[in-house]
Amino acid sequence: MAEDGQRTGPGVVAVMALAGAVLLFLIAPVVIIVIVSFSGAEYLSFPPPFLSLRWYQRFLGTPSWRQSIVVSTQVALLTMVFATVLGLLASLALVRGRFRGKGAIYAMLLSPMIVPTIITAIGLYFFFVRIKATGSILAMALGHTVLALPVVVIIMAATLQGFDIRLEQAALSLGASRVTALRRITLPLILPGVLSAALFAFLTSFDELLIPLFLSGVEVQTLTVRIWNSLVLEVDPTIAAVSSFLIGVTTVVLGASAFLRGRGESATST
Amino acid sequence: MKASAERRERLRYLLVLFPALLVLAVLFAYPLLGIVNRSVYKAGYTLDFYRQIFRVPVYLQVLWATFRVSALVTLLCLALGYPLAYVLATCRPRTARLLTIIVILPFFTSIIVRTYAWMVLLGRNGIVNQYVMALGLTDTPLPLLYNQAGVVIGMSYVLLPYMVLTVYSVMRGIDPGLVRAAHSLGASRLQAFRRIFLPLSLPGIAGGTLLVFILSLGFFITPALMGGPGDIMIAMLIEREVEITLNWSFASALAVVLLALTLVGFAGYNRIVRLERIFEGRG
Amino acid sequence: MAPPEGVGGGAEVRLHELTKTFGSVVAVREVSVTVAPGSFFTLLGPSGSGKTTTLMMVAGFTYPSSGEVFVDGKPMAALPPQKRDLGMVFQSYAVFPHLTVFDNVAFPLQVRKAPRLDTLRRVGEALELVRLTGYERRLPRQLSGGEQQRVALARALVFQPRVLLMDEPLGALDKKLRAHMQLELKHIQQRLHVTVLYVTHDQEEALTMSDRVAVMQGGRIEQVGIPAELYDAPASRFVADFIGESNFLDGVVVSAERDGRWRCRAAGGLEFSGVGAVALHAGQQITAAVRPEKLVQAGDDGAAALGPGSNTCKGVVEEAIYVGDVTRYRVGLGADGAITIKVPNRFAARPLATGAAVALAWSPDDTRLFSRAGA
Repeated sequence: MAEDGQRTGPGVVAVMALAGAVLLFLIAPVVIIVIVSFSGAEYLSFPPPFLSLRWYQRFLGTPSWRQSIVVSTQVALLTMVFATVLGLLASLALVRGRFRGKGAIYAMLLSPMIVPTIITAIGLYFFFVRIKATGSILAMALGHTVLALPVVVIIMAATLQGFDIRLEQAALSLGASRVTALRRITLPLILPGVLSAALFAFLTSFDELLIPLFLSGVEVQTLTVRIWNSLVLEVDPTIAAVSSFLIGVTTVVLGASAFLRGRGESATST
Repeated sequence: MKASAERRERLRYLLVLFPALLVLAVLFAYPLLGIVNRSVYKAGYTLDFYRQIFRVPVYLQVLWATFRVSALVTLLCLALGYPLAYVLATCRPRTARLLTIIVILPFFTSIIVRTYAWMVLLGRNGIVNQYVMALGLTDTPLPLLYNQAGVVIGMSYVLLPYMVLTVYSVMRGIDPGLVRAAHSLGASRLQAFRRIFLPLSLPGIAGGTLLVFILSLGFFITPALMGGPGDIMIAMLIEREVEITLNWSFASALAVVLLALTLVGFAGYNRIVRLERIFEGRG
Repeated sequence: MAPPEGVGGGAEVRLHELTKTFGSVVAVREVSVTVAPGSFFTLLGPSGSGKTTTLMMVAGFTYPSSGEVFVDGKPMAALPPQKRDLGMVFQSYAVFPHLTVFDNVAFPLQVRKAPRLDTLRRVGEALELVRLTGYERRLPRQLSGGEQQRVALARALVFQPRVLLMDEPLGALDKKLRAHMQLELKHIQQRLHVTVLYVTHDQEEALTMSDRVAVMQGGRIEQVGIPAELYDAPASRFVADFIGESNFLDGVVVSAERDGRWRCRAAGGLEFSGVGAVALHAGQQITAAVRPEKLVQAGDDGAAALGPGSNTCKGVVEEAIYVGDVTRYRVGLGADGAITIKVPNRFAARPLATGAAVALAWSPDDTRLFSRAGA
């Protein structure tokens, strides 16, 4: 599209217009929901006749909604810890280790991404029902860990591959022990990648619906499950506020991750 | 001795790998095996549940609806996604980065939020109808929700980024010098696109199409919320059989069928886009 | 593939004050050149000299900031590249990877909707021209770099353009193949009478193949002329340095001599005569350039042929470098610095030993004088 001697003909304009329309299609619903959530009217209309925080008040004022935020956060934090630790160890082994069958092991670690979530969800449901553990935060966190693990592995593997192992070798040659080298050289440099992976694990869990749908109890509902139950009953405008909240969480996580990735790249590249 | 030190190191790495694999084995592989087992067991091993799926017309209709909707979603995603990917691949890097954000942000937003947004837009008193009626384009509200149209729109919205990113990554690898060479040989913009760029972007089209189709097959949330009675997809059926009619064995059989279709699809996808290449380490 | 009937072979290409600015950087500065029809014209210069940008403006891939391009008198400004009917060979070949050799070469004909039989014949002729007959069914990835480049050439010629643009096409080939292809390209050009506008940074290549060469630096043309002109009578120190090798001596003009020569004194006291590349006057600071092979040993046959009035100097051999066909000697001249001489390795000749004293002579006509900046 840039300088290559081509004149801007009607065909080019049409393609760009179509692409622009698709971009609008992608971003408009998200933006509209956020705007509409500040609507003061009873009905969700766009643009809102006047602004108000009533739906947010309703959202944060209702105990069951507040409780679901707590549940989602607890589950997501647990998932974040589990998935990041397991994923970091697994990536270290895969990138650094020397053994056969790496391809197969990678495939295994990524397989939860391939299997439709509904199947993973009912599998976990049958499993936890047998041991009477449905409705527990831990059960949901473990289920989400299965989904978050591939994400963490992908991010960590990329980070580790970008890390110049000669830095660690230099530390060893200067007399540092393996542990010290890891602690003082490697870890600080891969930290942005680790944090980024952790954030995505958190987000994966926070956004998830299908697994908690089966594993939730009456008292213990995640935010997403609560939305689902509301939607099935009625289209309550409060949900717009809840949705904006979720969009906000996503944006913050994406922004933080991008920021960390920027820092990380400049740190590990020599 | 060097050999045993090497072996010790190898074992150390395998040990470090173990926890992740254990978690997956217990919480993923074992439950999957449980599903497969459940699908063939009812007082002895039997294929009755599978027979039920393929003999009873209702269930065949569900399979058909699943394929039909997935195909429509794939086509729509391709029609919308290819031009966007093309613009992304051929514009300046700074612009491309900004546009990529617009593609990525919805991608990471929860599916339920994205589905809800479309419910708000497409309902009888939804925003789209508000405008369409205010502009006088129609007297009665358009039925855009609780039917196939709604499902296709909603699912396409969720899956579009997959198509765009897959096609875009292939397009990025096409040498711009080739199109320039075509122009220098006398090809018009359309000729250069049709004969040079398009064929070279074919792997991206194939990969994106296959990926979106496979993912559509297993969709639950969007069709459940936005579809009508005739738009039941297989994932919805599975949920109903587990939660409501409590036919866990039958649900398991359905799950196995869905899984089989998915795996076949991904095998094909892997041939087109070598996923493993990312991980062939320098190790 | 003789030129089509009624068409006089190559077209004339005229560049008129072509300028290109990228932001604050002036990449090409008022380049004006006329390329005679059917001739081989080279833009020669180091990287960043603006030669490729100039070529891109002729091709139509870059818009000039100002100035015009004319082909056979027709202005090209309004035409996009696909309408200019110019053949182009890119540095990276740009051979279409998904098409066979045949389809690659046939592409420009298919795009022009040529009849099938015609296409078959002309592709066959083009492939014969580049000696790739029999390769029709192969794919580019099955070809070597040199073969791909020949496909690119056949493709650019098959529709009989009247001008062929080439952007460092031989850069990726090894030395032997490059030398071979240079001659082949020259022969093809002569056979087809097509006008060639060639871009390269390799001065040997330029001198070998071109009818005329324009030496560019910093976006400007420093000198245009036939290869011999550029070699024997460089117009500036840059050209003397960029083309071939030169010894440089800084000095000052003492007085004028007859026949347009000037008497000069080098910084260390050596006196010599030379010919000015620009207008000079007594007292002006100059740099003298002498090519190594023009310096012969006094007492040699060559020195006698120079006759009276030749320049002389005495020095000590510092270093000898054997290069196969010649030996280069670094000769220290004391306060005047050091110079390099090139002595052909003849069977009976004795090599000079390091530390040996040597007396050299050379002609004032081979001594080019350039004014020195800061004078």
